[in-house]
Amino acid sequence: MANDQTAARVDSPLLFRIVAGTLFLLLISLPVLGGPLSGSSAGISPYLANIIGQIATFALLALALDLIWGFAGILSLGHGLFFAMGGYLIAMHMLKSGYVYGGVTPDIMTFMGWNELPSYWVLFESFPYAMLLILVVPGLVAFLYGYVSFRSRVSGVYFAIITQALTYVAMLLMFRNDTGFGGNNGMTGFTTLLGNDIGSSNLVIGLATTSVLVLLVAFLTCGALMRSPFGRLLIAIRDDEARLRFMGYDTLWPKLAVWCLSGVLAAIAGALYVPQVGIINPRLLSAEVSIEIAVWVALGGRGALSGAVIGAAIISALKFWLTGFVPELWPFILAGVVLLVVTLLPNGLLDLKLAMLRRPSRAKTRKASARPAA
Amino acid sequence: MTAVTDQKNPTPGAQAIQIDGLRVSFGDFVAIPHLTFIARYGEVHGVIGPNGAGKTTMMDVITGKTKPKKGTVRLDGSIDLLGLDEPTIALAGVGRKFQKPSVFEALSVRENLEIALRLKPRSILAELRNWSDRRRVARVGEVLNEIGLSAQADLSAGVLAHGQKQWLEIGMLLMQRPKLLMLDEPVAGMTDEETSHTADLVRRLRSPERAVLVIEHDMAFVEEIADRVTVLHEGNPIFEGRMEDARQDAQVRAVYLGR
Repeated sequence: MANDQTAARVDSPLLFRIVAGTLFLLLISLPVLGGPLSGSSAGISPYLANIIGQIATFALLALALDLIWGFAGILSLGHGLFFAMGGYLIAMHMLKSGYVYGGVTPDIMTFMGWNELPSYWVLFESFPYAMLLILVVPGLVAFLYGYVSFRSRVSGVYFAIITQALTYVAMLLMFRNDTGFGGNNGMTGFTTLLGNDIGSSNLVIGLATTSVLVLLVAFLTCGALMRSPFGRLLIAIRDDEARLRFMGYDTLWPKLAVWCLSGVLAAIAGALYVPQVGIINPRLLSAEVSIEIAVWVALGGRGALSGAVIGAAIISALKFWLTGFVPELWPFILAGVVLLVVTLLPNGLLDLKLAMLRRPSRAKTRKASARPAA
Repeated sequence: MTAVTDQKNPTPGAQAIQIDGLRVSFGDFVAIPHLTFIARYGEVHGVIGPNGAGKTTMMDVITGKTKPKKGTVRLDGSIDLLGLDEPTIALAGVGRKFQKPSVFEALSVRENLEIALRLKPRSILAELRNWSDRRRVARVGEVLNEIGLSAQADLSAGVLAHGQKQWLEIGMLLMQRPKLLMLDEPVAGMTDEETSHTADLVRRLRSPERAVLVIEHDMAFVEEIADRVTVLHEGNPIFEGRMEDARQDAQVRAVYLGR
């Protein structure tokens, strides 16, 4: 008996291993193919490595959303907020260190008419300090927002709408020049990161490889976490939170824990993304960006981490390719993907997998569903 | 068998739940004007009454879902439930089965039962650490037998039949050995065979350490399982006693049976 009537529970172990294996291969081949072999026919160009690196950060972002949406059943349409926070914080680090160590005056000082950077930029030239803030600030925002919402039992579509509203507020705020983060122009003109020139092929390959590494580690760690009792608790929250509460579980804390974890992971993704594209501006906080993240996860398959990674990789690769020559077509394609998922594949691409599973002998499928629990 | 409940054993016949002078209203609508009600250990107590009689509201108050305007609700003669929130009330020994089957569909039957047992110190962290605790495994085995789902232990709860889901949910409540077990229309939507199986199960649930409270529309079912029935009408108890006497009672016939 195949249990395809219920929502996907965890990844198929096979698919999980395929994705982990692919990431591992990418991790060891990127430095070689993009480094010594870069010029040869077998090598890859820094341009391609950069795209792979960006896609890895999107996959990490999708993974973050899948934790909260696919497992705990809480849809966020505002994950762009955390992504942008990580991005802004790393941008501040790069500008400040370029200013302090390289003597490059950031554009933001020129057009704001600042003689020196304001007090909240203090210590930003320190990489460890910036890293710490990238973990702490989004974590704190996620905690405060999550605590207030989950405490008053805001859930479902109301929660999703509020996340979107919050992100919109952040966008309006960041568009103002007076807010002090570069307004409409955002921040760009980065010169250096950890002693490497921005744009040097070393840094491009290094960032791409780091992105894949972080994605792989997050994928394996979150996979183990979701298979653990904590993951089962989240699935129980998704399936019937009231039942769980009437069994004496205060669901506030597990929800808050996974929400904060998700926010921090999204921020890490943003901090890896911005050095690779060389700019951050408030458009990352627009509704479209956050909705696109949800589309990645919906296409890949909610509740399966490999699905989130695959969905993000497919859609963003498609976007890189298509926007090269028909950018005006992209919104229609994205909308088409949404319609496809909503009407035909409620569990995303996982439905295709289940359809394939139905074909082989019954014994095989039974084995898959009768996996021991402990 | 390992004792999981940490409270002292109650005396059969003692009051498990005691409701006094309860008043519940929603805006201008008074659901329960003034209710006094007692359920005792060792008994299966049926609560019947037409729609809107206040049956489910009474359960909502006991479990902490609805806060009343006036009155007291005591568990075990001592624990005042009105000041507590839902998880705390559940841990104090009140188990409630919802009207529609509420199980975790993506988890296996076994996992559904595992998650339902709260071992001391009953913090979520401790629960996650002790997931494969010996006591938990043993108790899951017992309950699987009791509800007759041993063969389905490793299936997803989502693929179970309607009746099996209801039994699973009862099993989840049993994991915790509740002092008060409340079943809200347990046989609604069941086939005759499932209903009679459920009646067997509920009769076996009777225990000197437990009071079972059953809200039900199906009179034949209540007659089969209940030691005592209370008939509610517009939030007032108009009869309490044996089911066969209830059928004879003039007032009960007027408001309910005689329709």
